[in-house]
Amino acid sequence: MRAAMARKPRMLRVIGALLWKDLLSELRGRALLAALVVFALLTVVVFNYALDLERTVRASVGAGVLWVTIVFTATLALNRVFAAEREHALHEGLLLAPVERLAIYFGKLLSGFLFVLLVAVVVVPVFALLYDLPVARPLNLAVLLLGTLGYLLPGTLLAALAAHARAREVLLPVLLFPVAMPVILSAVRASQEVLAGSAWVRIAPAFNLLVASDIIFLALAVLLFDQLVDA
Amino acid sequence: MIDVRGVEQSYAGKPVLRGVDLQVAAGEFVALFGANGAGKTTLLRMLATLARPARGRVVLGGFDLAVDPQALRAVVGFVGHHTMLYPELTAFENLQFYASLYGVEPARARCDALLEQVGLQRQRAERVRYFSRGMQQRLAIARAILHSPRVLLLDEPHSGLDQIAAAQLDALLHAEAASGRSVLLVTHDVQRGIALADRVLGLDRGRVVLERAAGAVSATELAELYAGGNGA
Repeated sequence: MRAAMARKPRMLRVIGALLWKDLLSELRGRALLAALVVFALLTVVVFNYALDLERTVRASVGAGVLWVTIVFTATLALNRVFAAEREHALHEGLLLAPVERLAIYFGKLLSGFLFVLLVAVVVVPVFALLYDLPVARPLNLAVLLLGTLGYLLPGTLLAALAAHARAREVLLPVLLFPVAMPVILSAVRASQEVLAGSAWVRIAPAFNLLVASDIIFLALAVLLFDQLVDA
Repeated sequence: MIDVRGVEQSYAGKPVLRGVDLQVAAGEFVALFGANGAGKTTLLRMLATLARPARGRVVLGGFDLAVDPQALRAVVGFVGHHTMLYPELTAFENLQFYASLYGVEPARARCDALLEQVGLQRQRAERVRYFSRGMQQRLAIARAILHSPRVLLLDEPHSGLDQIAAAQLDALLHAEAASGRSVLLVTHDVQRGIALADRVLGLDRGRVVLERAAGAVSATELAELYAGGNGA
């Protein structure tokens, strides 16, 4: 047998391994996804029952309900993705490895993104049915993807920071909500306009702000994650 | 292979390490003794890059912690108080995951060879959640040596093991040192540490106060080491 060699691990391989590990652990443990789906469905159904929406306000209020559901689901997912690593000091296994710290960030970001998308695959069709809104419009799907990513970009950074704190479940939303406000507000506004069937000229300001926020948060994560993890 | 000079560290204003000097040659097995709070775990975590020294120099496998921590991580294997194994993954999947992090090639063959070496080939496809403490510890050793590190750091690896599992672990550690790795073992099991090591060191309140060849250390010296640390 050829002797085993340790080479500098490639970033994409590390990200892929982290994603595979998180997905496999979740599929077998079923600790997170089931809870997220139940929570998200409950939110959508309760709001639908409570609000009894008129057609004229359905798009604007419906967009709000959709984003409340996504934001809370993403917050729960972020807390869990990092808490699972901390429970058995598994994060130390990652920190011991000679990998770029950014690979850990992107692995965790993609895990969180994947979990929220899996929840959305179940919840968004139910939402479309209950609220009678054209959720499947390509532009709305783009807003959903960009908004979710925009929320998770600073969320992953802050979840890594909060994971070391005792009251991390409380600390994460307290830190994240103010920071992510531009993403949340622009995502809600863009969804409102798209669901109401507005012209691009009315959608563009919120949509562009959403894209800009994503780029800024990505740049901040690239600049800060190393220092944050090794501090 | 391990070269530590003048390392200092303190937590909340309380000094934990006070000018520690420590050298371990290639292929040498060193046991580190000391009472609770002597600074053993802090020192080991520092060598494994999980903590940074406030002062002093740490060089492992020729790499300086302050200059190139990434390269240093590649030459260190660490077994701490936690196994760092994912309970929902199988023994093989755990090793395969860590092989990806360390860039081990060919990963599959290396993982299988290690499972054979630690006596877990039959449990290859079983989830770690269902492993006994001894099996988990053997797999943790396999994880730590997966990338053929030049330095192996072990923090009380025998804790929680029954006699048979502890003896299996001893054989494994002997083989690792014989293969040329520098091994630094922290343990409260003085008899076992002396039996395994070439040299023993004693740490007391953040200082190295004892250094002897394993065969030359006396019971009185060890008793004094532990009595001193416990404030007697």
